[in-house]
Amino acid sequence: MTPPQRQRRDLAPETATPREGDGKPGNPERMYVVAGPDGERAELDLVTLIVARATDPPPSASPEQAALLRLCAAPLSVAELSAYLHLPFSAMGVLLTELLTAELVQARAPIVRKARSDRSLLEAVMNGLQRL
Amino acid sequence: MDFNGSDTIPGPRAEDQLPHTAQAAAKIVIVGGFGVGKTTMVGSVSEITPLTTEETMTQAGIGVDDNFGSASKTATTVAMDFGRISITEQLVLYLFGTPGQQRFWFLWNGLFEGALGAVVLVDTRRLEVSFDVMGRLEERGVPFVVAVNSFPDAPRYAIEELRAALDLTPDIPIMECDARRRASSRDVLMTLMRFLHSLAMTGSRA
Ligand SMILES: Nc1nc2c(ncn2[C@@H]2O[C@H](COP(=O)(O)OP(=O)(O)OP(=O)(O)O)[C@@H](O)[C@H]2O)c(=O)[nH]1
Ligand SMILES: [Mg+2]
Repeated sequence: MTPPQRQRRDLAPETATPREGDGKPGNPERMYVVAGPDGERAELDLVTLIVARATDPPPSASPEQAALLRLCAAPLSVAELSAYLHLPFSAMGVLLTELLTAELVQARAPIVRKARSDRSLLEAVMNGLQRL
Repeated sequence: MDFNGSDTIPGPRAEDQLPHTAQAAAKIVIVGGFGVGKTTMVGSVSEITPLTTEETMTQAGIGVDDNFGSASKTATTVAMDFGRISITEQLVLYLFGTPGQQRFWFLWNGLFEGALGAVVLVDTRRLEVSFDVMGRLEERGVPFVVAVNSFPDAPRYAIEELRAALDLTPDIPIMECDARRRASSRDVLMTLMRFLHSLAMTGSRA
């Protein structure tokens, strides 16, 4: 028995499916541009780590904000916050932008793939996996 | 969700909290068709019980009455489960088990663009469901390895036969795995990391 054969396609148009993060009019909520460390602008990523700047939420915090602040007393990824709060990723963008603006949380930028991979990072990951 | 009772929102268990030294996280995606073992693989290597992040997708109808108000739209919830591995006191790795249908991918901003790489899980009973995903990863320049799940009643092919069927270049690793076993899933991740490392050495891209 032979397996089915994959046909390489010509680069098919992606008309019906906007690319990630391109913020087409149909998906305005895709653009989560938040102030990163040192004030430069960074997009909120699923694995951006969020840490509360103070242990107690201020009285002005909304219940939603207070819940988030309590969750990230220790660093927690946006994905984990979304899971614990049962909020979609798009809603996290809004909530976190408010908290970042109010300087109630700090965001630690993710490591993203670069044109040239960082070998020492990959080596660290391999060492970590070896210990699993 | 009612946030007024938010004192009771369950957060991470004490042992699941990251140390304050955690500086940055990276991610890997595990893709494949329905029921191919994505959740199983995430769960077998994760240090936390896998969690789920959801996103709602508004199906506005492609090219059809987009402007006729929300009544004509239906919302679909798409779930993605993920796990976590602490690499060092500073570095955390997240694994996302991603639905195979490409139309879901853009729901999570930067999921693929930012990922270090991907594992494509294939089931030899339905090899063709993974064709599309591989094409898309190639288009986007996301390096990937292929892991073949050995389901008991699945046809077995030689790796080189699979390589030919999947039309993969000789450098792309293909391996068998049992996603239920931690050691096997870890080997798949190791293979991906070695592959990424070799790409970094040669300066070439997948
Ligand atoms: N024999 C065998 N069974 C597996 C393996 N991986 C997963 N399974 C089984 O296959 C079934 C489906 O696995 P899941 O991990 O839920 O698959 P999934 O890709 O997350 O499925 P969806 O999220 O529904 O698309 C489960 O019953 C698993 O126990 C494997 O490597 N070998
Ligand atoms: Mg699943």
